[in-house]
Amino acid sequence: MTLLEVTDLAVEFDTAEGAVRAVKGIDFTVERGRTLGIVGESGSGKSVTSLAVMGLHRGAEVTGSVRFDGTELIGAPEETVRRLRGRRIAMVFQDALTALHPYFTIGDQIAETYREHHGGSRKTAWARAVEVLGDVGIPGPARRAGEYPHQFSGGMRQRAMIALALSCEPDLIIADEPTTALDVTVQAQVLELLTRLQRERGLGLVIITHDLGVIARVADEVLVMYGGSAAEQAPADSLFTAPRHPYTRGLLDSLPRLDAPEGDPLRAIPGSPPSLLAPPPGCAFHPRCPVYAERKSPLCTADRPLLRVVDEGRRSACVLDEVNA
Amino acid sequence: MTALLEVEDLGMTFPGPRGALRRQAGVRAVDGVSFEVRPGETLGLVGESGCGKSTTGRMLVRLLDPTAGRVSFQGRDITRTGQRELRPLRSKLQMIFQDPFASLNPRQTVQQIIAAPLRAQGGSAQTIHREVRELISLVGLAPEHLERYPHQFSGGQAQRIGIARALATRPELVVADEPVSALDVSIQAQIVGLLERLQRELGVAYVFIAHDLAVVRHISHRVAVMYLGRIVEIGDRQEVYGSPAHPYTRALLSAVPLPDPAAERARERIVLLGDPPSPSSPPSGCTFHPRCPKAQELCRTEPPLLQITGPGTTRQAACHFPEV
Repeated sequence: MTLLEVTDLAVEFDTAEGAVRAVKGIDFTVERGRTLGIVGESGSGKSVTSLAVMGLHRGAEVTGSVRFDGTELIGAPEETVRRLRGRRIAMVFQDALTALHPYFTIGDQIAETYREHHGGSRKTAWARAVEVLGDVGIPGPARRAGEYPHQFSGGMRQRAMIALALSCEPDLIIADEPTTALDVTVQAQVLELLTRLQRERGLGLVIITHDLGVIARVADEVLVMYGGSAAEQAPADSLFTAPRHPYTRGLLDSLPRLDAPEGDPLRAIPGSPPSLLAPPPGCAFHPRCPVYAERKSPLCTADRPLLRVVDEGRRSACVLDEVNA
Repeated sequence: MTALLEVEDLGMTFPGPRGALRRQAGVRAVDGVSFEVRPGETLGLVGESGCGKSTTGRMLVRLLDPTAGRVSFQGRDITRTGQRELRPLRSKLQMIFQDPFASLNPRQTVQQIIAAPLRAQGGSAQTIHREVRELISLVGLAPEHLERYPHQFSGGQAQRIGIARALATRPELVVADEPVSALDVSIQAQIVGLLERLQRELGVAYVFIAHDLAVVRHISHRVAVMYLGRIVEIGDRQEVYGSPAHPYTRALLSAVPLPDPAAERARERIVLLGDPPSPSSPPSGCTFHPRCPKAQELCRTEPPLLQITGPGTTRQAACHFPEV
């Protein structure tokens, strides 16, 4: 059975300035032992998607379907979602300092989570905390478990949060910008850790990031989001070698890269990302799209394009794709 | 060519916290930093958090007063110049910040923001008005934007306003501290492109401070890599990126993920152990030795000097065992 199956997920918020449709019907699946990367710029809806999957979208209206290992989560009783969350679906956030409680030791926080889902004695839970801290490569875990979050460095805190996520042996980990706040040498360590744990334990992993390099390092499958919609979905290798959607192409072209030839210019995407309060009609990308600028197709401004299969295992939401390819 | 900016042995020690009886030892954020910037070129200053790159940038424009060393601009020592004498030089030496919103006064219109440095210089209202209109179109915004307030702009547009203000007085040197790191990738490319175009058109030199090695490679002519308050490697972009001499530069470059899954799988990575140490208690000898894959006994005791790594190059590295 598919581990996570998201169908037509939409998230809407009420704000003082009107309703904001942050996510407008996206779908994706995650299998055990696979990594899905969700990439997008600010306002693309990538983080809202992860929160909605976890049932952490307070005050928002969520529609569509999120099936975890056969259980529907949208509209399910809070108790059902709460039991899965933390136990079988765990989350790793960008900022470990806010995600961890400053008043409790790292060991206490992990033990508490473990007991919440598994019961057992304090002693067993503490032993488990020390064990997972060792698993994520924290030196001297028995001693460090008794320390507070502020006594940990940024990289160590992120490891501790991964330990917290692992403590209940989840089947799925959702990591939202897990390395964005870290220095590049520490980021390399944390990414190595996440991929090793995933391989060893056969976890499903969703990594949400704005960094295409991180995606290339860890993801098997990629979902590119723009303005609350999916622009393209493809296996990582083909997405990077032959992007189909004009936005994906634009994103890759605008990226300064260490492996680019000397003097290769950056080709920026003109304009800015769309406002979620007043999104453009039709394809959200059309005001910035070079293909639209050239062809002015009425198809681009008519309806919001949905992902369609354009090749084996690949889907693109560009209505002009046949013409492009 | 003579240097526009010369920095010699620059140091910054922040006072330590007050202890029970006396002040604790200070934090040496920058220590013995020397480099020069020639007219019209870009020097990239790159390193991880806490390496002292921003502190260095702030000392260059005297937002911070150095505790050691010397900064000369156009041949004139400005290290201890009083703020009053500094004023005429300020117009030639400007700064762009990371957070464009924090650096723009929310109560002023864009017109007022860009006009401020021109007013400080003096000049008729009419000239100032004309120059502001020129500047706004120079950075790719429209004259109707002049009547708006900062909050009405996106991050990328706000950064353009910050750039227009920095350029208002026709500076020779702009210190840009992480000017694109808060921006989305697609906008980042626009701002990098704008900075490059302005350099071509106006001949302005940049000190470009950033943690993103790919952006620095793209925009810089020369690059200095900092670690724990010191420059560990400095040289032409091609040399520093193409054949890095310092083990830290090598590790840093190998840690950057490439947007190419096949290359990522094939790549050999030097994964450094641990985090960068705190500048308040730097390791002995070469401060990189606890994380260095090549460290030997000598590295634990003797701090290496920054020196030229071989014949036929100007690149310098501070390592007892550089790669050459």
